[in-house]
Amino acid sequence: MAKEIERAGITIVQMANLVPVAKTTGANRIVPTISIPYPLGDPKTPEDEQWKVRYTRVGAALDALETDIEDQTVFKVG
Amino acid sequence: MDKKAIVYINQFFGQVGGEEAADHPPEIKEGAVGAAQALAAEFAGDITHTVICGDNFMSSNQEEATARILEMLEDIDFDIFFAGPAFQAGRYGNACGAIGKAVKEEFAVPVISSMNEENPGVEMFKKDIYIFPGGRSGAKMREDAKKMAEFGNEILTSEGPFPADEYGFYKRGIRHQYFRPDEKTAAERALDMLLKKMKGEEYTSELPIPEVDRVDIAPAIEDLSQVKVALVSSGGIVPVGNPDRIQSASATRWGKYNIAGMDRLENRASEGFKTIHAGFDPAAADEDPNRVVPVDALRKFEEEGRIGKLHDEFYVTVGTGTTVGEAARMGQEIAEDLKDAGVQAVILTST
Repeated sequence: MAKEIERAGITIVQMANLVPVAKTTGANRIVPTISIPYPLGDPKTPEDEQWKVRYTRVGAALDALETDIEDQTVFKVG
Repeated sequence: MDKKAIVYINQFFGQVGGEEAADHPPEIKEGAVGAAQALAAEFAGDITHTVICGDNFMSSNQEEATARILEMLEDIDFDIFFAGPAFQAGRYGNACGAIGKAVKEEFAVPVISSMNEENPGVEMFKKDIYIFPGGRSGAKMREDAKKMAEFGNEILTSEGPFPADEYGFYKRGIRHQYFRPDEKTAAERALDMLLKKMKGEEYTSELPIPEVDRVDIAPAIEDLSQVKVALVSSGGIVPVGNPDRIQSASATRWGKYNIAGMDRLENRASEGFKTIHAGFDPAAADEDPNRVVPVDALRKFEEEGRIGKLHDEFYVTVGTGTTVGEAARMGQEIAEDLKDAGVQAVILTST
């Protein structure tokens, strides 16, 4: 899906926990998330901690959209 | 074997004529006619009828041709349907696939064909019917027909499952549940694989990921504060009633949902959004859908001027058991919609 959206000329970043799958299915900009059932906020942690995770990782995704890359890239967070 | 088969062949192999007869409308004859005799030689049951149709008639009037043939077969009792072999003939491959698929859907009998790997019919129909790899031309008639007939004998007399690896037809991408004869559990098999991997030995994955083509990297956005950003997700987050009835697994549908004026996605308990994804525990996503589709964080970035605007709709489907083909189609449809809406950048979250 990411690939088809990118093929249409739209810049896309995939936020995924299964980074190897995202790599195989062809996403070019990848930002890791923290889990499968709760990619952006662990319910076992306090609200402000969850917000921090979400804000930081989505921020990293925005940075990725503004970054020129030559090859498929997994962006580091924080 | 007391089983009855019907064979579909084109005008050439049905001995009606060559290219000049390609407009020949469908007809049905008793017994194994023309090339159907190559199948009759190996098929253990009885070929009771042969359907013959011109390739052009089928390709330019596919609906009508299919309807006519289905009508001809309505009152005939048969257990299996053969189409071809079609070799590398594109029109013939398309005809075999189209009629084969229709017959399978209408009469629920196994349908077997054979095509060369270059025949476009393979890609179009390998998921719908059994297609065996075949030669380039009629010179391979006997060999290709034999493969079809032998598999027909097998499928009519054994219980299955019939794995593509073992029988040799083009993989259909269908998974079956069954008890393995060796009764090895998934845990044992996974450990065996791991040990082999550690020893550097060869092993075969049970979850092969299809080879994919790469797509050109889209250019970086110069300044996101001038741009409309959209959220797309394969995490199955939908309004609580799931209005578009997106499937919980093996999805073929996607939805887009309005978030204009929302600071965040309200949760399931507040009759807001929930996940219908069958591939993970929904508790965390139902409790706070922003954990999967981070509307709240993007609103904050919008407020801070980091992005120009968060698009008024987010797009969603379910990414478990979804075939690569369906995912690609949905991706294309979503991309069209995004382009029409003037969206230049996308964050796709997956679970």
